[in-house]
Amino acid sequence: MSYLDLTEIEKQRIKKRTAIINLLNKKIIPYFLMTIIGLTMIAPFIWMISTSLKESGAIFTFPPEWIPRSQIMVNYNGSKQGVFQANYKGKKTYFIRSRIFKDDATVHIIQSIGPIKKINDKLTAVSPQISPDEIVVPNKILKSYKKIFIRWKNYIEAWKAVPFGRFFLNSIIVTFTVTAGQVLTSSLAAFAFARLEFPGRDKIFLGYLGTMMIPGQVTMIPVFILLKKLGWIDTYQALILPGMFTAYGTFLLRQFFLTIPKDLEDAATIDGCSKLRIWATIIIPLSKAALATLTTFTFMFVWNDFMWPLIVTKSMKMKTLPVGLASFQGLYTTNWTLLMAASVIVLVPVLILYIFNQRYFTEGIVLSGLKG
Amino acid sequence: MENTLSLKAASKRKTKKELRNLGIGMAFLAPNILGFLLFTLLPVFASFLLAFCQWDIFNPAKFVGFSNFVTLFRDTLFWKYFWNTLYFMFGIPLGMAASLGLALLIKNQMKGVTLFRTIYFLPVVSSIIAVSLLWRWIYNPDFGLLNSFLKSLGFHNLPQWLSSTTWAKPAIIIMGIWQGAGYNMLLYLAALQGIPSHLYEAAEIDGASKWQQFTNVTWPLLGPTNFFIIIMGVINGFQTFAQIFVMTNGGPAGSTTTIVYYIYNNAFKWFKMGYASSMSWFLFLVMFIVTLLQWRYAGEKVTY
Repeated sequence: MSYLDLTEIEKQRIKKRTAIINLLNKKIIPYFLMTIIGLTMIAPFIWMISTSLKESGAIFTFPPEWIPRSQIMVNYNGSKQGVFQANYKGKKTYFIRSRIFKDDATVHIIQSIGPIKKINDKLTAVSPQISPDEIVVPNKILKSYKKIFIRWKNYIEAWKAVPFGRFFLNSIIVTFTVTAGQVLTSSLAAFAFARLEFPGRDKIFLGYLGTMMIPGQVTMIPVFILLKKLGWIDTYQALILPGMFTAYGTFLLRQFFLTIPKDLEDAATIDGCSKLRIWATIIIPLSKAALATLTTFTFMFVWNDFMWPLIVTKSMKMKTLPVGLASFQGLYTTNWTLLMAASVIVLVPVLILYIFNQRYFTEGIVLSGLKG
Repeated sequence: MENTLSLKAASKRKTKKELRNLGIGMAFLAPNILGFLLFTLLPVFASFLLAFCQWDIFNPAKFVGFSNFVTLFRDTLFWKYFWNTLYFMFGIPLGMAASLGLALLIKNQMKGVTLFRTIYFLPVVSSIIAVSLLWRWIYNPDFGLLNSFLKSLGFHNLPQWLSSTTWAKPAIIIMGIWQGAGYNMLLYLAALQGIPSHLYEAAEIDGASKWQQFTNVTWPLLGPTNFFIIIMGVINGFQTFAQIFVMTNGGPAGSTTTIVYYIYNNAFKWFKMGYASSMSWFLFLVMFIVTLLQWRYAGEKVTY
């Protein structure tokens, strides 16, 4: 039986079914998967932000809480007590615990909770009425009485705990200088390799290529020693100079320059243009895409680089952000709220930069992937 | 006679021109090449010499021949850390699968896909130090997000993650996949979009199922991308350092110490500059051989 033999109603039904299957396959399932994966990818970041806004006692909860909340406290008999909440005799009742046993707890009933204010970083019920009699209730019915409490102070405390301002300044100085230096020197060198004819050119280029495979771990020890002999450890020179000259940038730009047609330059040469002018007025403007790529990549790499700044810095005032963050961890090992606040401080600038310059990041990766 | 004279003059002119060209060329190269000589080439030779010396920076260096390399081959710790480094590379195929999955998912230009692409890529641009810190908290056995989540699913006896010798390595691999998936996703995406659509049309006419289309059209044409990702993965994998430094300090019991972490400790903590140099050369040699083998055996298959 073929499609033509079917009745009109059956045809309609089949059409409807394929439409539903299509919708499922082409829209619903992909969107569902994308959302699930998206949530998984972003959950750690949200968890980081959430932790960074909590009061330090509020992070040890199960199940974990995404919105920062804190238990209400009261002053009772000269000490701070947490307020609990439970249904007691069919009524929502507040308690404070006085003694805890294995399954039970002795509690006082709070008759009225009164206004809640922020005192010494705690949400405190200022004038509660607490009944003097103790009663015994099962432990497991008692739930902490919590309210939303966002502690922005974590950021201030983290910022002040170590000189984060200085780390930012160092990172900015180092990243900008290295990036500018690398783009400038490698575009000059790449121009020589791609466009100038001189003896030994290809041999030198091969030398460049040959060292591209050598990992940084091979050169870092002698460079460290060299800088030490020069007395440059813990200086900007040490952070900047070794990173300014890479074979990679030269290679990337040379490959790009080779794709630029020569006609324009020939005309310029006949007009008596110097090589430097050709580089500046023809090659550079035509290579904006490749230069943007190199700039973005170098920027990202240097901004996030860890090992080199770790090796050549000693004092707090010379550390860059990643190294500073690592030493912050050394001081506040498990102070999670402050650690997360510090991480947010470090991450936000780059994430913003990325979101507004996505094109260069994505294009750059594709370019480096295809050419490298 | 006249002829040779003019030839001589011509060649003289030529050498003069060549010299001029050499001058110009060198002028363009100079800024880069001076830095390159000072911070790459010279250090490479120095490092090679150091690999045959014993030196703690403070006392004069002593030439010791191959002794560093002999020590290295007998150093059971070194081989343990070498194995750790290799273990971390199991993350490469897992990460590739994740990235390819993501790329296939967002390949069709659906509405809102850019948003998802941005989200998947966020971990890539994040500082590894901040990310490592964050995951150290996520892996907290009692109150970390991961174990809390697993607990709420009803699991018990949850792993101690970073403080367990068995789970610390997988933990670091999982974080690595989360951080790196977006990067390779973009490479795969570019490759997928480069596959001509008439190949799929032809396959469809031949009655190939979606899966058959994937195994017979998509996968073979992804060869060069796979190859590139593996090579970069291996090269980066051999240099794993920052996450170890922040998350585990190489522990517990050395179960996450990588070669580079060991090199770092030897050089900058214990000042065994010679021994550290010999290890870094060994590392380079291994990376070189692996890449060469990949070029030889995989590189041939993927060129069309």
